[in-house]
Amino acid sequence: MLIEFALIPVAGLLAVSLAAILAGGRPSISAPVYGASAILCALVAITGLAAMLGGGVSTTVLPVGLPWLGAHFRLDALAGFFLVVVGLGGAVASLYAIGYGRHEREPWRVLPFYSAFLGAMSLVVLADDAFSFLVSWEVMSLLSWALVLAHHRENENRRAGYVYLMMAGFGTMALLLAFGLLSGGSGGYAFDAMRETARTPAIAAAILALVLIGAGSKAGLVPLHVWLPLAHPAAPSHVSALMSGVMTKVAIYGFIRIVFDLVGLPSWWAAMVVLVLGGATAALGVLYALMQHDLKRLLAYHTVENIGIIFIGLGLALAFQSNHQTAGAALAFTAALFHVFNHSLFKSLLFFGSGAVLTATGERDMEHLGGLIHRMPATSIAFLIGCVAISALPPLNGFVSEWLTFQAILISPELPQWGLKLSIPTVGALLALSAALAAACFVKAYGITFLGRPRSKAAERAAEVDRFALSAMFILAGLCVLAGIFPGFVIDALAPAVASLVGGQMPTQTAVPWLSIVPIAESRSSYNGLLVFIFIAASATIAALAIHRLASRAFRRSDPWDCGFPSADPATQYTAGSFAQPIRRVFGTLVFAAREKVEMPPPGDTGPARLHVTLRDLIWDWLYQPVAIGVTVAATRLNALQFLTIRRYLALVFATLVLLLMVLALWS
Amino acid sequence: MTPTMPQTIAMTGGFVFDVAHLLAGGLVLVSLMMLYQRRLYALLNVFALHALVLTFSVAWQAYIQDAPHLYITAAIALVFKAIVIPLALHRMIVQLGIHREIETAGGVGLTMLLGMGLVALSTVIMLKVTSEADPLAREDLAFALSVVLLGLLVMVTRRNAVSQVVGFMSLENGLVLAATGAKGMPFVVEISVAFSILIAFIVIGIFLFRIRERFDTVDVQALDRFRGEMS
Repeated sequence: MLIEFALIPVAGLLAVSLAAILAGGRPSISAPVYGASAILCALVAITGLAAMLGGGVSTTVLPVGLPWLGAHFRLDALAGFFLVVVGLGGAVASLYAIGYGRHEREPWRVLPFYSAFLGAMSLVVLADDAFSFLVSWEVMSLLSWALVLAHHRENENRRAGYVYLMMAGFGTMALLLAFGLLSGGSGGYAFDAMRETARTPAIAAAILALVLIGAGSKAGLVPLHVWLPLAHPAAPSHVSALMSGVMTKVAIYGFIRIVFDLVGLPSWWAAMVVLVLGGATAALGVLYALMQHDLKRLLAYHTVENIGIIFIGLGLALAFQSNHQTAGAALAFTAALFHVFNHSLFKSLLFFGSGAVLTATGERDMEHLGGLIHRMPATSIAFLIGCVAISALPPLNGFVSEWLTFQAILISPELPQWGLKLSIPTVGALLALSAALAAACFVKAYGITFLGRPRSKAAERAAEVDRFALSAMFILAGLCVLAGIFPGFVIDALAPAVASLVGGQMPTQTAVPWLSIVPIAESRSSYNGLLVFIFIAASATIAALAIHRLASRAFRRSDPWDCGFPSADPATQYTAGSFAQPIRRVFGTLVFAAREKVEMPPPGDTGPARLHVTLRDLIWDWLYQPVAIGVTVAATRLNALQFLTIRRYLALVFATLVLLLMVLALWS
Repeated sequence: MTPTMPQTIAMTGGFVFDVAHLLAGGLVLVSLMMLYQRRLYALLNVFALHALVLTFSVAWQAYIQDAPHLYITAAIALVFKAIVIPLALHRMIVQLGIHREIETAGGVGLTMLLGMGLVALSTVIMLKVTSEADPLAREDLAFALSVVLLGLLVMVTRRNAVSQVVGFMSLENGLVLAATGAKGMPFVVEISVAFSILIAFIVIGIFLFRIRERFDTVDVQALDRFRGEMS
């Protein structure tokens, strides 16, 4: 029954897009479109929540799509969870956009695609046969591509759209091939038929590789992430939030659905591949992020890091599952799903914050911002909560999911294979490194953007954003805090989805006294978010009181210490580049082939000294550039075929025919 | 092939088979002859012979399959392909003033070797892929494929548009041979094949005069030179 309740709002979202097209995308329909999307997405989220908690399965077949096949849809606990992610993210983004959309210069380039994009993402999650899955997936890709090109007059955005279109097409092709292998030649394209089909380990490995390419390219797995930091910042901010916070999760859903549900029991080395890719993605993503001074691009690179963390969780779940250790698998899988939820919350929040900064100042470059905490106090508080959450600091939600992932890593010595025993601690070290670097990265992002003094006129004149945008940000911030303080409820809500895929679940957390969470046993580890929160709140209050009460009230005025440099120009402040420099010195030469060049003016010259930093994306240089060059060379060579003489064309046809006939003659 | 020529037509299986074989093989032979004709008149004469052999072959098939409609196909082949089209092409090349031209496309020896290779190839393939078919149809298809491939070879090795047309027509003859060799081929198909030939002939004829008007030659290389290509 629930599936109908889910499909009706989805159909509503598609209808809203149609209405927006018919209305010609006039600016006046902006608020109604976003309002309707928000309500419909909320309905989607509520249906998803019901399916997730109920744990039942409801299916339906609609007479659309391929003849005699129809479109199969299915709503189970896992799909329910991802519907919550899509619906919640979509509802909050729509709420945000009611205010943010007013500043859109060309609303007709955004409105017709927006709600259909949300609808397509929900359909991917609901699809129960390969055809509807791939169609929804491709519609999702193309609509998001159209949204990326909303501001197509900027050169950079057009390039982003081009790269994104290539990667999306490539990824969908990989998924298409994966489904072809899954159906096993028997033509059963419904997921039910695929679950029944038996397949050899070689076929299963090929499917895993194709899914890693197909879903991984959409999610942003290294080295398929290159489109993501280009495309996500190019879209309007609420769409960036959806692409980063929600669409990458839909890609992860695709990976989970195929690898955990359809393929069957994995082998341990498959887990190792996923783990290594996840670890590399986490570490490289955060290093890239640290080098960025563009706020939205920094956030996009951070998405890459978080996708890595999620894949580490999924890889651990595969490792435990291949060894039939259900408790460990349930723990790791819960951690991954929890992080999916968390990341959708705080990444949307941070993109909303960057959108607010963009609206207020027109700037994305952190080097031109600063001091916004005085001009945008509410935004800066919400952004701070997002920063703390994404840096995995207690008592917020990011800490809980990463802590659960670490708990799963800590029980990995129980695994029998030496390959896993050795690689999992390495991946754990990478995870710890990326968590620490993420904190550094967000100290930089927050400190340079919101603290200090304004570095430009635009930052000086900034004003707080509208109440719709603020309420959207505070809803997400509140959810981050709640999920961090009461993680037990989230873990229990995830239990049906986890149980349906790995065949076990974590101990019921709401039964544990005092709202603690206990992943395995009380004797090993436990965490209480509420206690940490109360401790932090109490100690901070006491410290503040103590300082105010006990400190001397006498004061004197004097010039601040100025390092012997009397200029009070805002340009003398610490910059984003200087903040990142120590980390760039440590990792940059290896990861980015970083070069620094100092240009000192000759003695007597009053010109400024200059520091030039060049960073190279080695993955782009070594992986994508050769492919691009190869394609260009091949195209140039084949171009000659367009201008042959009639006789040569005939000869070409003739030679091909004879060649094929010879192959036929020599076959077998 | 052992062409036994009895006084009375005895409908023994071996005899039926042998005559069908002989005529189809004859068609392949004439196709091979077409390969080394350098003068346009000679080529047209060989093509008329090609159509004549096809007529006999189709008529024989009509007789042994007891399919009267194939006689119509044979009559079409005789009237149009053996008489009308060669005569029309004769007139055409006289009008175009190219009846004395000599074509030098590829060496005769090499072309003949290629043609023999194609015949061998088609025989090998057809015997392999049609192992369950009726033996008569099988051999017939092998010959038909050879004729098609040889027709293509004529088209590829010639520079003159008229000889390319002739190559195309001989290719169509191969198709007709294949169509009549298989039992129960619908009449509609043959009619349409015949008409397609006719239309192709008309279109190509008009096309030739157009080329001539524009470029003063029907050598297709002139076309390429016009496009700025050298071959």
